[in-house]
Amino acid sequence: MIVTRRHLMATAAAAVALPAVRARAASPTIKFGVLTDLSGPYKDIGGPLASDCARLAVADFGAAAKGMTVEVIQADHQNKPDVGAGIARQWFDRDGVDVILDVPNSGVSLAIAGVAKEKNKVFLPSNPATSDLTGKDCNANTIHWAYDTWMLAHSTGGATVKSGGDSWFFITADYAFGHALQRDTTQFINAAGGKVVGSVAYPFPGTNDFSSFLLQAQASGAKVVGFCNAGADTVNSIKQAAEFGLTQTRAGLLVFIADVHGMGLQVAQNLVISSTFYWDLNDRARAFSERLWARAPNVRAGMGHAGDYSAALHYMKVAAEMGVAQAKADGAATVARMKAMPTDDDCFGKGMIREDGRKLHPCYLFRVKTPAESKKPWDYYTLLATTPADEAFRPMKDGGCPLVKS
Amino acid sequence: MVMIFGKPLILLYGQLTLGLINGAFYALLSLGLAVIFGLLNVVNFAHGALFMLGAFVTWGLLTYLGIGYWPSLVLAPLVIGVLGAVMQRTLIRRLAGLDPLYGLLLTFGCALVIEGLMRNQFGSSGVPYAIPEALSGAVNLGFMVLPRYRAWVVIAAAVMCLAVWLVIERTRLGALLRAATENAPLVQAFGVNVPRMVTLTYAAGAALAAFGGVLAAPMNSVNPNMGTNLIIVVFAVVVIGGMGSILGSIITGFGLGIIEGLTKVYYPEGSATVIFVVMVIVLLLRPAGLFGKAA
Repeated sequence: MIVTRRHLMATAAAAVALPAVRARAASPTIKFGVLTDLSGPYKDIGGPLASDCARLAVADFGAAAKGMTVEVIQADHQNKPDVGAGIARQWFDRDGVDVILDVPNSGVSLAIAGVAKEKNKVFLPSNPATSDLTGKDCNANTIHWAYDTWMLAHSTGGATVKSGGDSWFFITADYAFGHALQRDTTQFINAAGGKVVGSVAYPFPGTNDFSSFLLQAQASGAKVVGFCNAGADTVNSIKQAAEFGLTQTRAGLLVFIADVHGMGLQVAQNLVISSTFYWDLNDRARAFSERLWARAPNVRAGMGHAGDYSAALHYMKVAAEMGVAQAKADGAATVARMKAMPTDDDCFGKGMIREDGRKLHPCYLFRVKTPAESKKPWDYYTLLATTPADEAFRPMKDGGCPLVKS
Repeated sequence: MVMIFGKPLILLYGQLTLGLINGAFYALLSLGLAVIFGLLNVVNFAHGALFMLGAFVTWGLLTYLGIGYWPSLVLAPLVIGVLGAVMQRTLIRRLAGLDPLYGLLLTFGCALVIEGLMRNQFGSSGVPYAIPEALSGAVNLGFMVLPRYRAWVVIAAAVMCLAVWLVIERTRLGALLRAATENAPLVQAFGVNVPRMVTLTYAAGAALAAFGGVLAAPMNSVNPNMGTNLIIVVFAVVVIGGMGSILGSIITGFGLGIIEGLTKVYYPEGSATVIFVVMVIVLLLRPAGLFGKAA
């Protein structure tokens, strides 16, 4: 290589610039990393809207006015635990990320919980479903925000039996998530005095046609057909249930507002679902939704998105109180402070965070409106029942979280 | 009640009917693949993506232009056929004469790009498409409730399969196609424009996939991944029937639909696997497929 004067000057300039870059990285900027599915099946329950929610939280908190600099970045975990964990390491080690948000996909989230603990950073997932995050896999750096499998099974299973749906037939995706959901729901159905008359486990992934299983559900005589699946499978099975004229109550165990939007009300009408957030639930939720609409028009946030907003906001409140530098230095200490401070935001109202890392708020049972009942765009849900925050989630003693001292 | 292997006969009737409907789908899609492979020697992995585009075009015609289901049955295959022709002219043609593996990789790449773009544009949860008014509702056949739309699907697919088979086996155009498959230079020497014929064949294959997409739109979730799941099964159908065999694809499609339907009653967990078990057995006993000619 020939060293020219230009090379020398460039090198000298870089050498001068380098310390400046380092100095800026060390200054107390809070950095949120939204690690989500940007290209796959969960893009609509997390995806770009998750980052919008985090940015909205930054704006609503008024970080700039308080003299705090906050940055939000995002990446695609491609639903692969190794990819997700790799990005998390890079973010924590090299890019100065303090908090990871969102993370749809339970497998990826369990991998990242381990990385966050190892690096002593903060992990606030709102979009994985597995209740293991606050059970056997809980740790001092993680708070599970919006919903979990136990809560969904408890609300949909228990409340439906109380309203008369006491015999069930399950259509279940044949993998860990589907079976866990069916097992938990069965428990609540039995506890409420109902019974399960049959079930069918279909191959996952790769099933497009549910007609055969729907026919078996129809023939079973059960009053309720429960769908223990998610995403496109849920849309397909419920769409085909409408086609076959299933007259039974249909209960979706994990249905997001994006799924309902994808099915259309003609198909989804009268479906019973559980959610911890609905954009049109009350004045505060509506106010939040209008502010979000200005940033991301034509979509409405699901419960995972609401969780991203709520989690980012609560973290900033705690960081402002304890000092940004301290919050950045010790993830576990920050999470402990977050647990000590009650939560309050437009999405979930007043709530709290339990010792095992479970964020507590009420859970709602909804019925999807008929096309005639729906008066405006995204006007989809009617409230059937509310489970208060202290009953909505699994009791701490049943979770087996090692953090909880008995 | 009459029972067969512990299941009521009446339930089996219903499952057989459903199997036949799924079989119609498999037949329709594998037919397009067989036509393309037979003439171009291209293993068209973009077939699932074209199927998905067919469904999305149907949705787009209704949403943006107010054009309903029935015109879409013709328009969507036309649009996708033109897209297919462009793909063949600009991309696939460059690989003529190379090992079929290159064509497989190219079309697979195309499928990934198309699906990625659609996911970026329309998200992953899909878009709604309702069953046309005239075909909504269901008829009670005594042993099962058959939605009118499904009955229409099985008829439309069967008629389309029959029409394609007739064109290829019984018309002069079909004879030329088959001749070009055997010996393209000779057919060209007789004054037939073989390159154009190849383009049109790919376009026709793409249009068949899109036709399947239109039929699927009211029954399945219209989302960017809808072709991916189906295409693997359809490839198995083509392999079992014999690569490039038109009649083989049709008969195997219907047959496997029925086998799959019965598996869903007796052992539902295995219903996605049974087709591949059949494929293994067929490949062991008849490596060229049930209706294929040994090379």
